[in-house]
Amino acid sequence: MAPGDSPATPIPVLTVLLFFFLVLFPAQAIVVYTDREVHGEVGSKVTLHCSFWSSEWVSEDISFTWRYQPEGGRDAISIFHYTKGQPYIDEVGTFKERIQWVGDPQWKDGSIVIHNLDYSDNGTFTCDVKNPPDIVGKTSQVTLYVFDKVPTRYGVVLGAVIGGVLGLVLLLVLLFYLIRYCWLRRQAALQRRLSAMEKGKPHKAAKDSSKRGRQTPVLYAMLDHTRSTKAVSEKKSKGLGESRKDKK
Amino acid sequence: MLLLLLGIIVLHVAVLVLLFISTIVSQWIVGPGHATDLWQNCTIQSSGNVQHCFSSSTNEWLQSVQATMILAIIFSVISLFLFFCQLFTLTKGGRFYITGIFQILSGLCVMSAASIYTVRHTEWQHNTDYGFGFAYILAWVALPLALTSGVIYVILRKRE
Repeated sequence: MAPGDSPATPIPVLTVLLFFFLVLFPAQAIVVYTDREVHGEVGSKVTLHCSFWSSEWVSEDISFTWRYQPEGGRDAISIFHYTKGQPYIDEVGTFKERIQWVGDPQWKDGSIVIHNLDYSDNGTFTCDVKNPPDIVGKTSQVTLYVFDKVPTRYGVVLGAVIGGVLGLVLLLVLLFYLIRYCWLRRQAALQRRLSAMEKGKPHKAAKDSSKRGRQTPVLYAMLDHTRSTKAVSEKKSKGLGESRKDKK
Repeated sequence: MLLLLLGIIVLHVAVLVLLFISTIVSQWIVGPGHATDLWQNCTIQSSGNVQHCFSSSTNEWLQSVQATMILAIIFSVISLFLFFCQLFTLTKGGRFYITGIFQILSGLCVMSAASIYTVRHTEWQHNTDYGFGFAYILAWVALPLALTSGVIYVILRKRE
């Protein structure tokens, strides 16, 4: 990763944001973001995301703290701490061998992974970030639910089926009209060419009867034929329609 | 002719009403003291008229039943709309193909919804004492009606 070009794009955005927030909201505190709830399967691992927004630059002394409060329990215990570039996993609690640090302070990321989930891990995890001198702010909480088998979220299948079928029908209708449009255009072009040939026939025949005298009449005859059959079929269908209507 | 037209519209509206009722009413499965539909699970207290309803399970098959019922309603509404459009724009002697196709699609959707429900309802129905309610039967009734009206649209020719 090139350290030179990664901050190149955020700089103008950040300066604008900085100006905006420093001028409009002078008392801006640090804001921490986590998911609201996370679902995990027994025995698998789950990532607890944590990021933050701070009006200050990411400092060297940045620290992340994860606390855990069991479901129904009262006290929150500290389970993980990151400070001065070093992750520390607390030696208490059930998580001491199952936590892995996957965050990166440079990217404002304080995520951890919890391995080998168990039902007893149900509870609330709190992420707290201090980015000196910006240390005042609210923490954010994520609730972990461990399932035997993670249930489907409500509305996922519902939306997928409705969206899929409607999209498919729309696509088919569009395709149908596109094909019909192309076909009609080709047909119209053919018709025009044929009628042009028909008009130009006597002229051309007079011009070089020896060369095209044979070809043109054949085409002409074909045209004539199609027209007559069309007319006949139209007559037929009309007659049928009429008779049906009479029945009704 | 006018009578035929009225009959077709009445049939179509009847299909729509059936679809709406079967989708909304909480009577897909009924038993003593409880009634279930696609959306919620209600228990009725024997002492009074108090109902306690919980939202139904998030089972994938139940969700697809919900989706296909909604699709059936959407297709039927589109079909009715297209029918009125075609009634005024179609050339003389033309057939109501698009209207009919959408109505038949609606029928197929109801069919898949009802059959999925029939086959899979044990996955989210844990009460053992139950029978199918009238909303479920109405969904099955809507299927032949929708198919009939779709076929009539395809066969029908416009007079003027």
